[in-house]
Amino acid sequence: MITIEALSKAYGGNTVVQDISFTARSGRVTGFLGPNGAGKSTSMRMMVGLTAPTRGTATINGRRFADLPNPGREVGVMLDASAQHAGRTGGEILTIAQRVMGVPSSRVAELLDLVSLTGDEADRRVGNYSLGMRQRLGIAAALVGDPGVLILDEPANGLDPAGIRWMRDLLRDYADHGGTVLLSSHLLGEIEIIADDIVMIGQGRIVCQGSKAELLQAAGTVVRSPDVAALREAMGTAGIQVTVLPDGSLRTDTDIADVGRAAYDGGVLLTELRTADSGGLEDMFLELTADTQRDTHTERSVA
Amino acid sequence: MSAMTTTTAGPTRARLGEIAPIPLSRVVRVELRKMFDTRAGFWLIASIAITGLTATIATIAFAPDQDLTYYNFAKAVGYPVTVILPMVALLAITSEWSQRSGLTTFTYVPDRRRVILAKTWSSVIVAIASMLFAFAAGAVGNVAGSTIAGTSTVWDLSAGHATTIVLGNLVSLSIGTMLGMVLRSSAGGLVMYFVLVLLVPNLTSLLATSQDWFAHAQPWVDLPFAQTSLFEGMHTGAQWAHVATTVGLWIVLPGIYGLRRVIRSEVK
Ligand SMILES: Nc1ncnc2c1ncn2[C@@H]1O[C@H](COP(=O)(O)OP(=O)(O)O)[C@@H](O)[C@H]1O
Ligand SMILES: [Mg+2]
Repeated sequence: MITIEALSKAYGGNTVVQDISFTARSGRVTGFLGPNGAGKSTSMRMMVGLTAPTRGTATINGRRFADLPNPGREVGVMLDASAQHAGRTGGEILTIAQRVMGVPSSRVAELLDLVSLTGDEADRRVGNYSLGMRQRLGIAAALVGDPGVLILDEPANGLDPAGIRWMRDLLRDYADHGGTVLLSSHLLGEIEIIADDIVMIGQGRIVCQGSKAELLQAAGTVVRSPDVAALREAMGTAGIQVTVLPDGSLRTDTDIADVGRAAYDGGVLLTELRTADSGGLEDMFLELTADTQRDTHTERSVA
Repeated sequence: MSAMTTTTAGPTRARLGEIAPIPLSRVVRVELRKMFDTRAGFWLIASIAITGLTATIATIAFAPDQDLTYYNFAKAVGYPVTVILPMVALLAITSEWSQRSGLTTFTYVPDRRRVILAKTWSSVIVAIASMLFAFAAGAVGNVAGSTIAGTSTVWDLSAGHATTIVLGNLVSLSIGTMLGMVLRSSAGGLVMYFVLVLLVPNLTSLLATSQDWFAHAQPWVDLPFAQTSLFEGMHTGAQWAHVATTVGLWIVLPGIYGLRRVIRSEVK
């Protein structure tokens, strides 16, 4: 289990991770979703002690990462599959992991087999690996110590659709055996395929979190008017929090009838008023991505 | 467990045994391995032996007969050791940043001081092995050289002097360790190293000949100057004091600063 409590990171005066809290549970694949620059990598580096947090804590099975006696046996980490000495062979990189962690040398062949790297490929230097091969090697290295927790930053990056399915099956199997997986992605599609739980982050804050099933069916209302300013004012008057979507429509968690009444009371002409479908998550994600038209952050928790 | 066990990704925990703290000796062995497992690293260390052997042959071929003594052979073979070892020590540290492998190294062993300590130990092990090689190659060269020249074989290196030569090399090595920690960049570290060993000694000797006050202060502030006595033989207590102060000034102090940077800097 990974427990993040009020974790924050500021560089100078610039806060890039702000007060995030969530739990990645065992038996579940937790997707850490957010556009580029949202603060996913920074958060993950703080979890494994590579970056010092400004505030807050991250614990793994109740202990700080730095306090684990042999971290590789408890947490498999892959933060950047390309961050390896280009002159080492793939097999050598696994051997180093195996030696440091003090596990049997048979693990190297087992894991090469698990991630479908041939002996020939294992003898090649990683400088010559494709991104997909590096990701597989990185997953293998993370699994060498047979850890109960995995922390993977953008592991599906560089994989083709078949590779993504392979990764999903592997992580599914791992979680079904009781493992905890936290993986990040900047692509909603990847997270939808792989994750059970979703934590969505934008500009360093958690925007929403919950199980994928709940988040995808979580309803809301989408409303549109040619006069966006008047519509926002009418919603504000009624105390309804809205977010502006990239196409100019507004989205809110409030019930459709209340939104209609607020528009009526404000005398605003509507061209669209509907229940947000499963696109709610997607709408929110798009809204994060198009950070120019931001209105308010909607903090929502479906726990 | 059946013979048909297939590996799953799922954590099985118990199968690999108890989780125990990682002993330092294991980190040292792994760091030693990492010095040899890349082509660049392997050839860098191999070049110590290659240039050492070349130096022995060159001494036999070109040195005047009266110079065919053990000290001269050991010095010729030892010179490449002195120049190359600091690079080995430096690159062992900087590559974690320049090649970004620190992202994994420091998650296997989160206490970065232990990683640096293990790297320093493995550099020292390579250094001792290289110097044993140099002393042995020098002995072979000395016997071969004097036989070829028809002169008597001269063994003119005392155990005490050999020890200070080893110390001198360890001081050189720690320059690499210190620079590695302070700069954490392979390119920057190598440039700085060559500036320090090639440029600075010339500048200081120039300064010493032109400025009287510096000529007096030099033994206390000039590290390569103090090292020279280690290599050529220590005769006075003052020489030891010079070594101690210059090492404190140029290696220990910046080393402490560098270690703090290593511990605090972000690895990404
Ligand atoms: N060392 C740093 N100094 C200043 N800003 C940084 C530093 N590292 C990361 N950032 C900023 O923090 C934000 C989050 O980055 P990151 O965690 O890499 O996001 P993600 O992984 O979600 O794409 C970015 O805006 C990035 O520019
Ligand atoms: Mg990132």
